[in-house]
Amino acid sequence: MDALIDLLPELWTATYETLYIVALTLFFGGLGGLLVGLGLYLTRAGSILENKPLFFVLNLLVNFIRPIPFIIFLAAAQPLARAVTGSGIGNNAIIFTIALAASFAMARIVEQNLLTVTPGVIDAARSVGAGPIRIIFTVLLPEALGPLILGYTFIFVALVDMSAVAGYVGGGGLGNFALLYGYRQFNPIVTWAAVLLIIVLVQFVQFFGNYLARKALRR
Amino acid sequence: MAVVSLRNVGKVYPPQAKDGASVTAIADVSLDVEAGDIYGIIGYSGAGKSTLVRLVNALERSTSGEIWVNGQNIAALRERDLRQVRLGIGMIFQQFNLLGSRTVARNVAYPLEVAGHPKEQRAARVAELLDFVGLSDKAGSFPDQLSGGQKQRVGIARALATQPSILLADEATSALDPETTHEVLALLKRVNAEFGVTIIVITHEMDVIQTIATKVAVMDQGRVIERGPVFDVFSNPQAAASARFVSTVVKGIPSPDELAVLRERHAGRIVTLAFRDSAVDQKAVFGEFSSAGVAFEVVYGGINEIQGRPFGHLTLALTGLDPLIDQVLAHIRTLTTVTEVR
Repeated sequence: MDALIDLLPELWTATYETLYIVALTLFFGGLGGLLVGLGLYLTRAGSILENKPLFFVLNLLVNFIRPIPFIIFLAAAQPLARAVTGSGIGNNAIIFTIALAASFAMARIVEQNLLTVTPGVIDAARSVGAGPIRIIFTVLLPEALGPLILGYTFIFVALVDMSAVAGYVGGGGLGNFALLYGYRQFNPIVTWAAVLLIIVLVQFVQFFGNYLARKALRR
Repeated sequence: MAVVSLRNVGKVYPPQAKDGASVTAIADVSLDVEAGDIYGIIGYSGAGKSTLVRLVNALERSTSGEIWVNGQNIAALRERDLRQVRLGIGMIFQQFNLLGSRTVARNVAYPLEVAGHPKEQRAARVAELLDFVGLSDKAGSFPDQLSGGQKQRVGIARALATQPSILLADEATSALDPETTHEVLALLKRVNAEFGVTIIVITHEMDVIQTIATKVAVMDQGRVIERGPVFDVFSNPQAAASARFVSTVVKGIPSPDELAVLRERHAGRIVTLAFRDSAVDQKAVFGEFSSAGVAFEVVYGGINEIQGRPFGHLTLALTGLDPLIDQVLAHIRTLTTVTEVR
């Protein structure tokens, strides 16, 4: 317990780092997921921008990256992270890697949620002369907003998980804190303190996500 | 003048599987819809009627033929140019297809946003449209708070927002109960009468055709097999499929099954007489039987009215001496069509 009290400043720094990593990866990964998900949805057979070759490539890419266990993906994507961020380790590198992995996971969630929009409302929008861009922003995204919010909440939890794993390759945050000060120094209370903070964080975000989704769905 | 004119229109879907066959949804359809018509297109599921109506605003593209809408061959237009054309064509759907994320008022405003009308104009037009469909008090409601009939009225208001000259109704009443169906049909009649909007109605219910259409085309397997003024098709259907549709709302000549039931209950000869418009004088026909001393009983059929013109078939069981009956029927044949059913 004393050890934990001594480590409190490090714990707060680690919490802040986790929030920082998760916020940035949620932004970039979320945006990437939205784009790839929209791409999958729009180019599939019978959709408004049907494009068989593009769909095939996107679909293959998503299926290729998604099954790779994250800890292996971290190592495999390291050269790419180094090329993009200038370093293979540290927060910037792992933000890049997590955002990349999250994009492809999120892409499927976005695609699935967009598929719940009844094709009829898209027909209705087309019948009054709406073009593809307008349909995306005035029909697809608003109609799927409730499930999309839940999807992003789901991916948030996955991001917290991934950021903790990234502690292994020099990323900071609560995962790194738990490993460094708890696990390796045989101090389970320190480990559990980090775990508790992660649970509180996840609970809070899940409640908030549910609340927003309820508002979007009006129920 | 024809506002919608189809010339040898075809729609063939490419094969789904590599060695599968292509599917012909529409084959060589030519059709003229005049300004102010309420043109009914009827057919069983899979007859191609929904595909046909979706060709008129190019939600689906034809694979052959010409589709003239307000003097423009839209089959030759690119998707981008079609958007302007679609502003002149309203459409309502079986499942209403309202945007669940928008209020009633914002659903009705949607086509106006697409057309680029300024905000103040939109509000005034939306109020006008909601008043017309009788939903002014629902402006702030969301679609999932409305009944089916109310949803379709919002659909109609939305379809009329940009003052189109043509309204396409794709099975617009098929998801509604009979009473609501008649409310919605009455509203469509008003749209036609008050705004002069030409309406194309797709349905599988002959009742809908009978209630609002002025002309009808019967579709079967992607082809139009019969067409004409509703009265003509109802009172004297030529194709077998047309006769089946007519028989769903009007009893014609009894089918063999029905005849067997009639035979069990009625002795004597059974004949069906056609009554069409005022051309056949019922009093004269029945007077013939009475004066000849042939007893008759009406056992099947009925008299209907379309656009104020009566028509129908009555089936009679006749009892009396055979030569006498022959003599009377010979007389009546000069007045109307007589079918002796055995």
